[in-house]
Amino acid sequence: MAETSQPPEAGGAAPGGPAAGEEPGPQEPGRAGALGPPGWLALAFLLPALLFLGAYMLYPIGFSVYRSLWDASGTTFVGLENYLRMFTNPPTFVALRNNVVWVVVAPIAVTVAGLIFAVLTERIRWATAFKLVVFMPMAVSFLASGVIFRLVYEQDPERGLANAVITTVQDTVAPAGAYPDARPREGAGLAEGPEGGYRLEAEAAPGEGVALPLVGVAADDLPASAGPASGPPDAGPEAVTGTVWLDFTPGGGGEEGAIDPEERGLPGVQVRLVEADGSTAATARAGGDGSFAFEGVEPGAYSVVLDGRNFAEPYRGVTWLGPTLVTPAIIGAYLWVWAGFAMVLIAAGLAAIPREALEAARVDGATEWQVFRRVTVPLLSPVLMVVFVTLMIYVLKIFDLVFVIAPGSVQADANVLAVEMWRVAFGANDQGLGSALAVFLLVLVVPAMVFQIRRFRRENS
Amino acid sequence: MSDDAAATAPPDARPDPPPEPDGGEGAPRRSAASRAAALLGSGAVQVLLVLIALFWLVPTLGLFVSSLRTPADNAASGWWTALARPAELTLANYAGLLDNPVFVGSFWNTVLITVPSTLLIVVIASLAGYALAWMEFPGRDWLFLGVVALLVVPIQVALVPIAQLYGGAGIYGSIVGVVLFHVGFGLPFAIFLLRNFFAAIPRDLLEAARMDGGKELTIFRRVILPLGGPAIASLTIFQFLWVWNDLLVALVFADAANQPMTKALQAEMRQFGANIDVISSGAFISMVVPLVVFFAFQRYFVQGVMAGAVK
Repeated sequence: MAETSQPPEAGGAAPGGPAAGEEPGPQEPGRAGALGPPGWLALAFLLPALLFLGAYMLYPIGFSVYRSLWDASGTTFVGLENYLRMFTNPPTFVALRNNVVWVVVAPIAVTVAGLIFAVLTERIRWATAFKLVVFMPMAVSFLASGVIFRLVYEQDPERGLANAVITTVQDTVAPAGAYPDARPREGAGLAEGPEGGYRLEAEAAPGEGVALPLVGVAADDLPASAGPASGPPDAGPEAVTGTVWLDFTPGGGGEEGAIDPEERGLPGVQVRLVEADGSTAATARAGGDGSFAFEGVEPGAYSVVLDGRNFAEPYRGVTWLGPTLVTPAIIGAYLWVWAGFAMVLIAAGLAAIPREALEAARVDGATEWQVFRRVTVPLLSPVLMVVFVTLMIYVLKIFDLVFVIAPGSVQADANVLAVEMWRVAFGANDQGLGSALAVFLLVLVVPAMVFQIRRFRRENS
Repeated sequence: MSDDAAATAPPDARPDPPPEPDGGEGAPRRSAASRAAALLGSGAVQVLLVLIALFWLVPTLGLFVSSLRTPADNAASGWWTALARPAELTLANYAGLLDNPVFVGSFWNTVLITVPSTLLIVVIASLAGYALAWMEFPGRDWLFLGVVALLVVPIQVALVPIAQLYGGAGIYGSIVGVVLFHVGFGLPFAIFLLRNFFAAIPRDLLEAARMDGGKELTIFRRVILPLGGPAIASLTIFQFLWVWNDLLVALVFADAANQPMTKALQAEMRQFGANIDVISSGAFISMVVPLVVFFAFQRYFVQGVMAGAVK
């Protein structure tokens, strides 16, 4: 420190500049030298800031440490007991565990996404628009982002976008059964079969027609192709036929187990003919009148089976905000908010990489992947480190997104330290434990503080 | 954010020969086959980035469309169904919000909290940043390192102590308390940003002004403030958005009469399904000001955010 007192501003030339190692600015601007103002004026310029920093940062740090050694009401000195409770108290422990998950997963995910976006945007012409779109969430509040993702994660696929997309894909890959509510007419000889299906108790032989009456399907749920049911078609000597129909006459009446005039078929039901050894002899699908036929059946005794997938419940999507998935779901929202930040910082670093290094590697025959892996990433590593550490600091203190997105019933499962601190200190009014949690958070950011100071000193030396 | 966000590098240093639409990937020696592969690759990249951009846009669009639907419609079907039936969209939710005194009050509270705290931070940090960059006094560099260290202090540390302090001073729950808290916690970053920018102002300018016998306050006003304009703009926008979007400080220090929009909306979240009309439209209103500021001053905002790396 150059601690020479300076002459008044009107004074003459400076006797020698400051030592080289003490240049303050990154651009090495130097100091004002002897022309500078008196020390008391500097104090006047700094005073408001010093008052605020003292009152809102230094004093609270000291007071929090002190307060954390006292009990909930602040009347009894308890030593380190609050810190002990922090690790033994179940809700606090869940918060701690979730914080570890957050700190491990979120910064890596965001940094990787930012790196990928930054590299890919170099190859498109609308990079500015892309960056604008991805960066936009940084400008809005976590509360708004939280509301946005509460809507996305809504459980009902009719309303929540995430589940709507997933169930649509799932229905395309493995369609849901047409009649999830259907069940056999009691006394019609249908027993429960494998995998949620049904099996006709009596065996069938070629030349026979079987009746498979089902109930429980609402008239509104019948497909348009469902016509009046008709009895099993005439079975030749080499065929087994049958009818699957809704054995229910609207408005009452009708005979149970028999096909009445107003009853309709259940088109699309999959029926399987199974041999005694369990292998499938033939499959068929019911038509609009509910009838089906297995042709070319060898003589013997078979059982008729309605597959379980006819009755499979439609896929209802993922319970995003349930106890198990709530933390990954919120980390997803966090990625959405912060990827733009990582992308912009990394893109700036990328722009500073000398083009010759990349071109030289390409001329030497390196593939794009090799260039990325061997040249780009190593040259970017200082920037990646800054992004990563910054994100880690923010993630440690994550509050709003968890607080807003996790529904009340799963708040305990989604808990993190900052939320727990708020809950304990201002909900449960235990300011002793609350202060201990705050001090713990402060201790956790100290390594980042050291990183920051060292980086700063290095840049300015 | 345009390329000038990356102010350190020339905006586009790569050669961009017209016949190659993928931005000059191909060096002259490349075969036609590898050029074709690069083109194809670029097509895949385009598709991928379009999908990613949609992934970022659609959730926000969802909030906006939801805010234009009646609660009954929102309960019955997804917002995307409204795209096919635009006739069912309505401004009723917004009209209801304007008739809701709690929400309207919270909007003004947000303004009353954000504007003064932003102004105070900018003024106080400019003075301190100037002193730390261009005034000579004992312990100056240590003081600045102290500010750097304070950048990462978590806000949680101050909640309990300041709440007690405010209780004693009788400003717990008031707007003044919230504003002062934001100033206190915004200052380290603000001083850090401005001091670094001021320190980069050419020394000659300062010395010339001092030779002319300018008073420090005059130099500050005539030299530093005009030259520091971009940094001050970055800081103003960054702080404005930071305070506007804050939830935690308001949750602790603002009572019901003085709560900003974020806290008012958060209270509605407990009945998310039932209050979706208020929440979606309210959240969108709370987003409008930040989005306008962002799109109008994106360059400054991005620079402010980048300066805040490792905060």
